[in-house]
Amino acid sequence: MDEQALRGLIAQVKVGKLSRRAFVQRMVALGLTAPMAGQMLSYCGVAQAKSSFQYKPTKRGGGGALKVLWWQGATLLNPHFAVGTKDQEGSRIFYEPLAGWNADGELVPMLAAEIPSRQNGGLAADGMSVTWKLKQGVKWHDGKPFTADDAVFNWEYASDPATSAVTIGSYKDVKVQKVDDYTIVVRFAKPTPFWADAFVGTRGMLIPKHLFADYKGGKSREAPANLKPVGTGAYKFVDFKPGDIVKGELNPNYHFPNRPYFDTIEMKGGGDAISAARAVLQTAEYDYAWNMQVEDEILKRLEKAGKGMAVITPGSNIEHIQLNNTDPWNEVDGERSSLKSKHPLLTDPAVRQALSMLVDRQSVQDHIYGRTGIATGNFLNNPERFRSKNTKWEFNIEKANQILEAAGWKKGSDGIRAKDGKKLKIAYQTSINTPRQKTQAIVKQACQKAGIEVELKSVVASVFFSSDVANPDTYTKFYCDIQMYTTTMPQADPEVFMNQFTSWEVATKANKWQGRNITRWRNEEYDKTYRTAAAELDPVKRAALFIKMNDLVINNRVVIPVVYRPRVAAISGKLRAELSGWDNDLWNLKDWYREG
Amino acid sequence: MGQYLIRRLLIAIPSLLGISIVLFTVLALAPGDPFEELATNPAIPPEVRTALRVKFGLDDPVAVRYVRWITAMAHGDWGFSFVSRVDVDKLILQRLPTTLFVIGSAQILAILIAIPVGVFVATRPYSILDQIANTLAFVGFSLPTFFTGLLFILLFSIYLDWLPFVYRSDLSATGWHWYWEQVRQAIMPVAVLGLFQAATLVRFVRSAVLDVIRLDYVTTARAKGLSERRVVVKHVVRNALIPVVTLVALQMPAIFGGAIITEQIFRIPGIGSLLISSILANDTPVIMAVTFVFACLVVLFNLIADILYGWLDPRITFR
Repeated sequence: MDEQALRGLIAQVKVGKLSRRAFVQRMVALGLTAPMAGQMLSYCGVAQAKSSFQYKPTKRGGGGALKVLWWQGATLLNPHFAVGTKDQEGSRIFYEPLAGWNADGELVPMLAAEIPSRQNGGLAADGMSVTWKLKQGVKWHDGKPFTADDAVFNWEYASDPATSAVTIGSYKDVKVQKVDDYTIVVRFAKPTPFWADAFVGTRGMLIPKHLFADYKGGKSREAPANLKPVGTGAYKFVDFKPGDIVKGELNPNYHFPNRPYFDTIEMKGGGDAISAARAVLQTAEYDYAWNMQVEDEILKRLEKAGKGMAVITPGSNIEHIQLNNTDPWNEVDGERSSLKSKHPLLTDPAVRQALSMLVDRQSVQDHIYGRTGIATGNFLNNPERFRSKNTKWEFNIEKANQILEAAGWKKGSDGIRAKDGKKLKIAYQTSINTPRQKTQAIVKQACQKAGIEVELKSVVASVFFSSDVANPDTYTKFYCDIQMYTTTMPQADPEVFMNQFTSWEVATKANKWQGRNITRWRNEEYDKTYRTAAAELDPVKRAALFIKMNDLVINNRVVIPVVYRPRVAAISGKLRAELSGWDNDLWNLKDWYREG
Repeated sequence: MGQYLIRRLLIAIPSLLGISIVLFTVLALAPGDPFEELATNPAIPPEVRTALRVKFGLDDPVAVRYVRWITAMAHGDWGFSFVSRVDVDKLILQRLPTTLFVIGSAQILAILIAIPVGVFVATRPYSILDQIANTLAFVGFSLPTFFTGLLFILLFSIYLDWLPFVYRSDLSATGWHWYWEQVRQAIMPVAVLGLFQAATLVRFVRSAVLDVIRLDYVTTARAKGLSERRVVVKHVVRNALIPVVTLVALQMPAIFGGAIITEQIFRIPGIGSLLISSILANDTPVIMAVTFVFACLVVLFNLIADILYGWLDPRITFR
């Protein structure tokens, strides 16, 4: 799909021929993120749709206790140190960003008075700055007013390398200035198409200046408020035990009317995912459980108790197989999988094409993941009707055999194909995790029928995903022919995500394997497209460029997508919660309520 | 006695040092990295991770790190958790009461069951009751606690829906209601640990009593015309319990070990579950501190067992 076609679609949304949601879904199917689609629409002047979520309670409080279960408990409550989602979620109970992302990829104001746009003058035409108007009359839990000084302070705090905040990536390249007490300007170093990163969503939660000002930089660890958060959120801090429990109570001065509904909130941590699902779905001891990494079959069985259900939220995690472009078995200049080498088998396009036909994604979905992993042939996910025609995938052993045969790979007496004395034997590694081992077996079986011998290897997850330079089995070293894992896209914009196929990001010994391009695939056209996209201000043109990058990756079979993995949560039957795949589970906690 | 104590404590120091060296080296050699999550998140620049590693001194050689750790430890500074950035001693103190409550109740339950049952069946050896008790004890210590724990959850929480299976450290109830809730949530973990412990103890009490009951002084007591009850309680049990007391003390560390798994199953926020979560997160300072506390407990309870033994049995002298 090119820019022209995109503009056509947007025009259809504008006149109401295509629904907003359908447009977003279509963009997601092309590998873009919903927030990006939302930005395209707002850039082109399509008004934001009213959210389908309705908040029914008419007064504050009276809802009793809300009990949520996080099987990995929050370990700290400073959003700038929150490494994993568990810590972000714990912080999100008390802290708020300027705006959050809803399921359709639209920005929803939290501490901002309005979402910046070209129409209201918030966005500069040259893409060099964005002006945020802050909500007035907001008070921190200790009664002090929330002002522009707090927002500016958050930038100073996070961008100081001595603070070692994990949010530094969002703040270090921008400059934030106070215009008046309730207005700030975020200035970029270069024209920036995606402006909604700093102060937004998971990375944008704001901490109060008056409590953290003395603990900026090297002393950041000592701030008492790291453990006793004072935020602006719907719930006030009561108690926190790292890894165990976070408790909060209704904030009587909350800046949204009639909210929150619950009088107290308790987030319990620890245990395992299956028993967490039981506590919500079977015994109803808890109202909500996060990240249900549980086989779908078990979830279905638990749902039969009728006390709750599994909610599936589309996001952007893809379980995929990577094909190595370099030779993992022989050292070149003391380095395996070195850029100076070429993979003896996988550089043959026929082999790559055959392999992608030998992954039986439908069986993987039907027999292993169920609702929690949907077969995909692209970085596309849902829904069915948008399964793009030109990027369709197929499982066809017959055809794979023909392709290999035509490319000169002939079957030997042992049933394994060979060409020029090279046998078609590949090693396939992944982390230890039951569904992954089952997937490996399905792929191996199909490959055998096509005359490819596959040797399976599984590595303990803590080794596979570690950044240990001394260990040969990490995924970044990729000392194997093909490997499989889930890649996550934690931010709303795909720019950072897509740099994993650029030639300057290749993981090598020189950069201690910290580069993000693990397949070591290099393509000039891709690099050029990426550079153009990074400087393109028009979101529509930019989206077209990202779609092109996607096609390059898929058509060259750099990776073989297997299943798309939505987020799964367990929720009790009466609880109403608006979830989003582009933000934290608790992004809109203020609107959670229980139906009578 | 005083000299003996001092000598034993002095001997404990090198063994604790040895334990800490082994622990530290094993942890340093183990794969994994506390900042793993940072590595897989593309939004976090690699420099952040490098800066954190330098800040927390992770790039220094193992020997340097060990010396730094042990000197800090000697000054009473336990370091801080890489994950929550909270001081380790604070984390442990926060969780210790819960562990002590659960383990203590389990041990009391075990003793309350094991001693009466053990003594009773020993006075009637090879009777039907003895056979039943023996069989149950055998089944009891053959079943691991993680299995009985799951079984209890399935039965009492899911099918019968009587008891909660998520343990909460701060219950919201007050007054009598609080005690009731506390008992309800503690029954299952305490029973799992306590019954397992009782099974081992029953057999031990039984054989200890059997050893004593055949001795001549017991026959003499009977010959004096004392009631059977008096003979058993005053003469037999008192002497038979000497080895039992030491066994209970010696087994304390093993119970702490068993509690780790039980704590994980029932989500009890004790030091065992702290250990598991920090191992999963490669949080070295916390793992070191918790395992070191366990090591100290083993050494301490060994010492207590030896002293108790000598105190209960005057025939043994400390030299």
